[in-house]
Amino acid sequence: MAGEPLLRVEDLKLHYRSGRGVVRALDGVSFDLRRNEALVVLGESGCGKSTLAKALMRLLPRNVQHFSGRMLVDGVETMGHSEERFRREVRWVRISLVMQAAMNALNPVVRVGEQVAEPLRVHRGWSNRRALDRAAEVFGLVGVSADFLQRYPFELSGGMRQRVVLAMALVTEPDLVIMDEPTSALDVLTQASIMNALKRIKQELGTSFILITHDVSTSSELAERVALMYAGQLVELADAKDFFREPAHPYSKLLMASVPRLHQEETPVHIPGQPPNLLDPPEGCRFADRCPSRFDRCDRDPETFRIGERRTVRCWLYAQGART
Amino acid sequence: MNASAREVRSSVPGPVLSARDLHTWFELRQWGFLRVGSVRAVDGVNFDLQTGEAVAFVGESGCGKSSLARTLLGLHQPTRGEVIFEGRSLGTLDGAERKAYLARVGYVQQDPYGALPPFMDVRRILHEPLIVHGVRNRAERDQRAREALEEVRLSPPEDFLSKFPHMLSGGQQQRVVIARALILRPAMIIADEPVSMLDASVRVEILQLLRRIQIDHGLTLAFITHDLSTVRHFAERIFVMYAGRIVEQAEVNELLNHPQHPYTQALLAAISDPDPDNARQQREVPPGEPPSLLKPPAGCRFHPRCNRMIAGTCDREYPPDLEPRQGHGTACWLYR
Repeated sequence: MAGEPLLRVEDLKLHYRSGRGVVRALDGVSFDLRRNEALVVLGESGCGKSTLAKALMRLLPRNVQHFSGRMLVDGVETMGHSEERFRREVRWVRISLVMQAAMNALNPVVRVGEQVAEPLRVHRGWSNRRALDRAAEVFGLVGVSADFLQRYPFELSGGMRQRVVLAMALVTEPDLVIMDEPTSALDVLTQASIMNALKRIKQELGTSFILITHDVSTSSELAERVALMYAGQLVELADAKDFFREPAHPYSKLLMASVPRLHQEETPVHIPGQPPNLLDPPEGCRFADRCPSRFDRCDRDPETFRIGERRTVRCWLYAQGART
Repeated sequence: MNASAREVRSSVPGPVLSARDLHTWFELRQWGFLRVGSVRAVDGVNFDLQTGEAVAFVGESGCGKSSLARTLLGLHQPTRGEVIFEGRSLGTLDGAERKAYLARVGYVQQDPYGALPPFMDVRRILHEPLIVHGVRNRAERDQRAREALEEVRLSPPEDFLSKFPHMLSGGQQQRVVIARALILRPAMIIADEPVSMLDASVRVEILQLLRRIQIDHGLTLAFITHDLSTVRHFAERIFVMYAGRIVEQAEVNELLNHPQHPYTQALLAAISDPDPDNARQQREVPPGEPPSLLKPPAGCRFHPRCNRMIAGTCDREYPPDLEPRQGHGTACWLYR
């Protein structure tokens, strides 16, 4: 289908039940992603970024209270799919996931080559031999020598294990790979070299990426689009060039000013206050308490305003005739 | 707090803390008795820290920076070489003197949640070091706990004294850890990755807090980190470590603007500022990974990854400490 984005998400909500009430971890998120595009989802811890990854993969914990919205893959609505159909047609076939700290979740007693080949045997019913050959190819792609297929996870460094996990997500040639904090536990040089591999893969295979992270600087290595989350909601969605150069939402502005830069004399600012409790988020704008531009309208929940061709901001400042 | 600020200033002139040819090796054994080698975590480190200065030790994981911190604190026995604090070698201290030393050096751990006992409330956590160091009077302990909490901007202190660690946010926990490090009015603070476990938005706040306390009290601050992009704001001098050794040292701006060692250069080149153009180019990264500390390569430890390696020199002998620029030292054969 021409013109149809690879992924379209509309008003996605995921609420958890907890001992103290309902946690509104994901509260109405909408965005779309084109083929071969890289979207970065930024936000502080607890803003719902990881929940977004889980919701997209439909890897839901047992205490889900509410899960709703629309999710279209190539124009096909998948929310109605049964669990079995979703597993057969979407998960790890169209979309795969590199979970947070996945490199520490490799099975310690299985050789890494077999672990990478496993999705092929499960999802495509390939023979062991064939799957391992393919795994060797993907190892090359992510920069791991094929000799390492026979090794156990403990024989590899953190950076190598992260590449193995990435290979596992790529081995079924999905259209979209979601990565949750893939490099935040790694050293600067390892981080840079993995980002290099991702850029190459994106170019060579045409894969799309959703990169979930709190690290603004590193995210810019891959980002074409940026989505900023706050307290379970998307507050800004923009092209990377606009977001990094001229952030629009007051939270985006503060976030960009808080990023330390190597060759900058001024001390980075810090954002005062704390994000609201998702058990009982405030009425109106959720950022209002920390916002330097707060005004009377902010007591009401802001609408999402379109301020550019592919740019939206959830803030009253961008309403027609704001502050009059 | 002025009186106590004066109290902590060192009376001995010269460096407050020095390391001389410091080695910390960990012996590896198989089945509990077969010696199979040593992990050379700290392998020949020399430096002097002046009273009241803030320095950063920068390096990747596994370069020995945490082992260095723990050796400076006396938690590891050096295999060779010595740590000299206010003119005295740590190895020559007896039990009571050792205890007095620990009161003079505060330690801020990496993971605040792991560093705070979960079953103690903040009052108890802050009283503990005072009890150990013989402050018998409960009212005085309470007074000092309150002062320490004010110092780290947890006010009013009453709100926090009766809380348990799990009731505090990560940033608040780290403030309690800092308050605990300050409560004995130390002359020096060693902070091991004080913010790496915290959210980005809280990091700057905690670093600024540490820096302000350091300046207010004239403390010496040794700050261990892997994050070069923040050091400029919180330290005056940088030591770059690689595989157990210091490979380069200089004043902050000098080092960031004129890195000399190829490793430092690679490290700086790998750090991104948030720029949308980053996504369009590959970054230059040295191949390979840091060497095993069990069998570090002969010669310069960086030579297998270095693109300016001089065959026959760099792979044979460890480079001496050279000074290619005024006050800017590096261990690299290129500057011979």
